[in-house]
Amino acid sequence: MGLGVESKLGDSIVTTKLDHAINWGRSYSLWPMAFGTACCGIEFMAVAGSKYDLSRFGAEVVRFSPRQADLLIVAGTISYKQAPILKKIYEQMCEPKWVISMGACACSGGFYDNYTTVQGIDQIIPVDEYIAGCPPRPEAVLDAIMRIQEKAKDESILKDRVKDYKGFLDV
Amino acid sequence: MFNCDMLIDSKDLKSTIFKLKNDENYTILLDITALDYSKYPDITPSRFAVVYILRDSTFKKQISIKSFVDDNTLEIDSICDLYESANWAERETYDQYGIKFVGHPNLKRVLNHHQFLGHPLRKDYETTKGQICTQTEDLMDEMLPLLKSKGYNDEEIKDLMLLNVGPSHPASHGTIRNFVAMEGETITACITEIGYLHRGFEKSCENHTYSQIIPYTDRLNYCSAILNNIGYSKAVEEMLGIDITPRAKMIRIVIGELSRIIDHLVCNAANMVDLGGLTNFWYLFAPRDKAYELLSKLTGARLTNTYTRIGGLEFDLYDGFNEDLFDVLKDVETAIDDALSLIAHNKIFLDRTQDVGVIKADFALKNGISGPNLRAAGVAHDLRKDKPYYGYENFDFDMIIGSHGDVYDRMMCRFEEMKQSIKIIKQAMKNLPDGAINVNAPGILLPSKKDVYGNIEGLMNQFKLTFEGIHVPKGEYYSSTEAANGELGFFIVSDGSGRPYKVKCRPPCFYSLAAYSKIVEGGMLADAVVTMASMNFIAGEFDR
Repeated sequence: MGLGVESKLGDSIVTTKLDHAINWGRSYSLWPMAFGTACCGIEFMAVAGSKYDLSRFGAEVVRFSPRQADLLIVAGTISYKQAPILKKIYEQMCEPKWVISMGACACSGGFYDNYTTVQGIDQIIPVDEYIAGCPPRPEAVLDAIMRIQEKAKDESILKDRVKDYKGFLDV
Repeated sequence: MFNCDMLIDSKDLKSTIFKLKNDENYTILLDITALDYSKYPDITPSRFAVVYILRDSTFKKQISIKSFVDDNTLEIDSICDLYESANWAERETYDQYGIKFVGHPNLKRVLNHHQFLGHPLRKDYETTKGQICTQTEDLMDEMLPLLKSKGYNDEEIKDLMLLNVGPSHPASHGTIRNFVAMEGETITACITEIGYLHRGFEKSCENHTYSQIIPYTDRLNYCSAILNNIGYSKAVEEMLGIDITPRAKMIRIVIGELSRIIDHLVCNAANMVDLGGLTNFWYLFAPRDKAYELLSKLTGARLTNTYTRIGGLEFDLYDGFNEDLFDVLKDVETAIDDALSLIAHNKIFLDRTQDVGVIKADFALKNGISGPNLRAAGVAHDLRKDKPYYGYENFDFDMIIGSHGDVYDRMMCRFEEMKQSIKIIKQAMKNLPDGAINVNAPGILLPSKKDVYGNIEGLMNQFKLTFEGIHVPKGEYYSSTEAANGELGFFIVSDGSGRPYKVKCRPPCFYSLAAYSKIVEGGMLADAVVTMASMNFIAGEFDR
């Protein structure tokens, strides 16, 4: 497709599966919402910066409104005080949506094993990809985005994505 | 043994501080915290004590005052009417320890959420006992009295627009929530709520050894992690009474100033993004990334470096460091020039920043604002000049002072301070002494691996230092350094064991954020966003 190949095909038709075409489009135009709270948020800025250049993966349109985004990148520590906000942000995103948990704090609470830190955001919202590191290097973030792209290629518009998730804020 | 300079009865506290302020010119309140002595080895008159740290108007002297609080009432007089900065400081002490400050206008939690029960920094509060928060506070309990005090009646309040800016808002660069009441585009009342990134730094410190705390300090102001490492290590070294080697001092200066440059780059770049000037972001972030490459070569990490050790440094400079460093500095200089060429004579930029978010000098001092924000307001205070450490007095550099205290001055001060930091680094690299980077002190620094595997003393030493930690002599001590955001202080209490009894960080931007609402009230909403960016609030620092 593209690049003027159509002219060679004349009136003929290109057929594909609807799932395939949509997944192809989705995986190369992820719109991330960076939920940056702490150090990882600063490192996410480096991922978006010119050296690591997120736009090579079609994911440079960083949205700060969850309603316009389909990839939630939780970059930083989530405290119990922050938890209801993160959940609300997640719920405001339209389907299909993916979640990357960036860094040790978001994945497991990191070394903040204490009274204020949620020990992993997967206790609040479902997570698709985890990135280790404190903070992770930008390459690791790019790797996770590529894994999300792979996942996006396996979707079907006929099936619901998130099945039965229940976090501690779902009562 | 270090102790607080004054121990006074809680009944005389307010009058004593009043006297210190008026007769001896201790006009700046640096910090307030409390101490829970319930697990302390010594017997004390009561369980809790409150500690105040003040600085005088010449910036040369500081004083710490301790006062024991009656166990039955847990009450002490508030000093909010003497110092504006006491407001949030007392709220935090109430939040963390449950000390009641009599006469405080709004004594409620500041770091922990409103559904939280108990006071986490008390010694009987279990470290890992988290408490779930199901919803965010509506803050009307603060907003209504504030609006009433400004002369609005119930009908008029209904006509105002109430708006949440944050806690998840791109302009907050973190997790600040500003709840504003607006008349058209003008902010009539603003309430700042923090604590969304409260990570329990101080509680975590109490159950780690002195060396294990260094990684936690990285994550205070994560834009300039090494400056926090230096501030903390310096405080512990002073308690231990050790003088680090000349080479270590010089390397700390070089890397510290490089961190200051990175911090200012991030602040100014983000500020200009908020103004709509995205090009500056690319210009300023390119050398920052290069500086991170250098740091990752030197320390193994880009952002959170954990570079210092108690008594020295983790690594010596690598071969070729000099070339890499000067390469970075050259790029920084170019980036500053490029950015300035876009904004220095740009009418839109000048209109958006000049006379916007003005901080007056006396307002800044009353509110405990320090660092570039204070200097931009025209106050010549820099701990590197006023209380020089590591030989800063031998360097030729200027303190950058603003005249108006507006957004423009703060940005230009940061640009100029970067140039001064470059100047310091160049002088330091020229005079870099040879020799060891660590002091020769077996009870403080880990032995070499050759000794660990080669002889029993080395093995024992390694084992003891790892499991028990460095034994810091019993005492209470406050030490501060000039970090990127201002005076970063650490108040450390040791009970003589390998873990601190208490660590209190005095975060510079906690105090500037406390003053923020008063700065933006009466201004436009769009100006409040720019003002917020120009004051460089780092969530890891003010929330800890």
